[in-house]
Formats: sequence, structure tokens, C-alpha cells
Amino acid sequence: MALQTYIIYKLILVLVVFAFTMLIAMYSTYAERKVAGFLQDRLGPNRAGWFGILQPVADAVKLFMKEETIPSVSNKTLFIIGPALSLLTACMTGVVIPWGTTITLFGENFPLQIADVNIGILYLFGVVSIGVYGIMIGGWASNNKYSLLGAVRASSQMISYEVAMGLSIIALIMTTGTLSVGQIAAQQHGWHWNVLVQPLGCLIFIICAFAETNRAPFDLPECEQELVGGYHTEYSSMKMGFYLFAEYINMFISATVISTFYFGGYNMPFIGRFVHDANLLTLCGVVFLFAKIFFGIFFFMWVRWTLPRFRYDQLMNLGWKALIPLSILNIVLTGAWMMRHEIMAYLNF
Amino acid sequence: MITTYLFYFLSFLTIMFALMVVFSKNPVHSVLYLVMAFFTIAGHYVLLNAQFLAAVHVIVYAGAIMVLFLFVIMLLNLNKETEPHKSPWLKFSAVIAAGLLLVVLVGSLKGATNIMATNNFDANIGLIENLGKTLFQDFLLPFEISSILLLAAMVGAVLLGKKSIK
Repeated sequence: MALQTYIIYKLILVLVVFAFTMLIAMYSTYAERKVAGFLQDRLGPNRAGWFGILQPVADAVKLFMKEETIPSVSNKTLFIIGPALSLLTACMTGVVIPWGTTITLFGENFPLQIADVNIGILYLFGVVSIGVYGIMIGGWASNNKYSLLGAVRASSQMISYEVAMGLSIIALIMTTGTLSVGQIAAQQHGWHWNVLVQPLGCLIFIICAFAETNRAPFDLPECEQELVGGYHTEYSSMKMGFYLFAEYINMFISATVISTFYFGGYNMPFIGRFVHDANLLTLCGVVFLFAKIFFGIFFFMWVRWTLPRFRYDQLMNLGWKALIPLSILNIVLTGAWMMRHEIMAYLNF
Repeated sequence: MITTYLFYFLSFLTIMFALMVVFSKNPVHSVLYLVMAFFTIAGHYVLLNAQFLAAVHVIVYAGAIMVLFLFVIMLLNLNKETEPHKSPWLKFSAVIAAGLLLVVLVGSLKGATNIMATNNFDANIGLIENLGKTLFQDFLLPFEISSILLLAAMVGAVLLGKKSIK
């Protein structure tokens, strides 16, 4: 592929992924209210447009039009950097996700992945670990006790659950033998989904994903009863919109990562029997990936409107005393299973 | 060619952020500049083809250690009133010590013009497969001993953090 075509293609792909991320995050806010309505036997938003389909647009216009207040005693630069950083790190993770296999057009192969770096998992992890800065900086710059408490809660929660998440990922890396997200997705062709190989690791990863995105039942950084609004108490207008938007983008990316790591990514069993055209097969893969992602997002909302919030000591006990030992046990079991022939030979069976 | 430009650009940024760490008045700003300096150093690792080291550098230093630094500084709420006053003698001796260190550095760097590489640089050594093989085959004992050292430090920190030891 010529260099110009390559660069233009990658730029287009970046724009498409960005636009889809924004669109899905926008309609996740609508879906959240509809799902909440469904689970609580209400109607949900139904005024703006057909079935309330224009509600996100109305919300966005409202957020843009609202008065913007910056507390006079706050650190103004950091106050503005906080939400921007939150949204930036949320958008950065989509780069290493394989959205499908390759599309062949005019004799050229176009892979549906922006960058297949050989340390893709570590890249994802790095971005997640710097995602905490947006919340911390915003909460501190607000110069408000509740904001600071929310920020401290958010960062300690995210650091604690990153440990268990990393340990559950190590067991996955041991079975797949690669750190490239593209290869992990490609390996799960057919019925070789990683959730069947790593059920415990998958469960730990999903729980940690809930904690990393600060979603219920782990939404302690912003619990209204204790902290007013948590780290975004002082924020108004679109800056608060940025924080809320970043949360929805994180939810979308978490659902994507869970589908790609454990539930086969763009693979769907038996589809090769019905569809034979390569490009059509790729498009089917993209559709399947998004079906899995949408179910994942629905699962996030389902849990939020079903389970009550944890207490803070319960959250820490769950993270440090249950999930980390369990994930270490998972690593040991995985290693023992991989070395079972050597162990058997050693024990003279 | 482009890597040379990138090297100079990243070096400039690294030194600038490192200076900002020292010169900024607000401790929270200092920590944030230090985080930026770590990011530019991670960029240097990528230029040396050591992506694994770059990623781990970002995860461990920028993502975990600096967050804890920020944590402590935010909760301490440092400002002018709580700043400890140092005697002029202490400042004077600090200047002399730093000046002596500068003399030693200049003296040692003066003779170091022709550095020869002792073995050829393998551009693939930073890739994770090669790094893992090197660590677990050639340097297994030092690797395990350093991990035990870290574990001992962790246990010690937990013990010190406990309120009362019975």
C-alpha cells in the first residue's frame, strides 16, 4: 500500500471510530434512561421526537446553553484541564481495538484496526491508569471538600481495582501467549472464546471494569447522599457534560474490551457456513462485535438499576481481600493446567 | 532522520518539564510536570525500540506512583503558612554541596568524549518476547532476588503502617 493511501485510510478510520464513539456515548445516555424506565416500570423520556429519540440532542443543547461557573478561589487552569483530560483518555483507548478483520477494496487490504501494536494490552492498561488524573485534578482544583473527597475516593478505588484487573489479564496472556489485541481477537475463531478457558478471570475482569468506570454498584466517587455530586460538584455546563460523557465512553470501551478479550470479539461461530464473500464476512463480524458491545452496555445499565451501592469499606475489602487472592489463584491454576503434562511426568503417572 | 529530530524534540521537552518541576511554586503543579517528564522519557524508550519498557514506565510511574504523590500532596494542602523555615546556614551548606557535585560531574564528563560500545546494540532486545527470554533464562537469579526484595519492602511497609504490633 502506498504511503499516502495508508495515511489517508488511517485518518479516515480514526475519524470514523471517533464519530461512532461519540454517537454511541450520546445514545447511551438515552438508553440509560430508557432502561431505567423499563426496569422501574416507567416510560422514560418520550417527549423529544419519536419515542424521545431526540432527547440526547436536547440534553446537549441544554448543557451547551447553561451558564458556566468557575469558582473564584479555584485553580482555573487545572479546573479546565480536568474534564478535558478525562474525555481525552476515554477517547484514546479505541485505537488498539480490532473492530473487524480486513476489507479488500481495489486490490488493497484495509484492516479495521487503527494500530495493531504488539503491546496492545499494556497500552490499554496505561491509558486506563492515567485516566484517574482527570478526576483527581478536577476534584482538587474545585477547592471544595466534597470534590476532593470524591476525587480521593475515585483514585484509590481505581488504583485498587487496577491490581486485580492486571492479575486477571496475566492469566489471559498466559493462555493466549500474546499481548496484541488483534491476535487475541483472531485466536478466538470458532468456539474458542476465552470466557470458556478463563471463566474466573472473565468474572474478575468484569467486576473490575465496573469499578474502573465508577459505575454502580461502585459509584462511590459521586454518591449524592454523602458527597453532593462527588468530584464534579463545582462543575456546570459542558464541563460537567464532559465528565458524564467520559463515563459513558468508558462504559462503551469497557464493553468493547470485555467482548474482544473474552467473548470472541468480531468472531461468530457458524457464520462461515452461510456467508462466503470475504468483505461481507468482515461486515458481519463488525455487526456481531457491536451486538456484543450493546449487550455489554445493557448489562452495565441492568446492574446499575438493580444493585444498591457498596459501602466504602466493603468496596476495599472486596478488591483487596477477595478479588486479588482469587486472581492470583486463577494464575496458579492456569499455570498448573498449562504444565499438566510436565507435572504428571514428574509425579510418574 | 526523523528519529533524530524526534530525539531532540523529546529531550528538549524532558529537560523543560524537569526544570518546571523544580521552579514551579505550587507542589501540585510540580507533580503534574513530573508526570509530563515521565511521559517524554517513555517516548525516548519507544525511540530505542523498547515498547514494553515504555508501557510499563507509564503504567507504574505515571499511573501509580505519581498518583500516590498527588494524593499525599493534595491532602497535605501545602501553602505559605505551613512551609518550614530553614536557617541560612542550611541554605549555604546546600549551595556548597551542590556546587561540589557540579564540579565532580564536569570533571568526570570532561574525559568521556570517546565512549566505545562494548557490544553491538540489538534493536530487538526491547521487544517483550526477547526481554522475557533474557530475564527468565540469563538473569533468572537476580530477577527472583529483586522480586523477593520488593516483597520484603511491601511486607515491611504494611508492618510499619499498622497502629500497634502485638
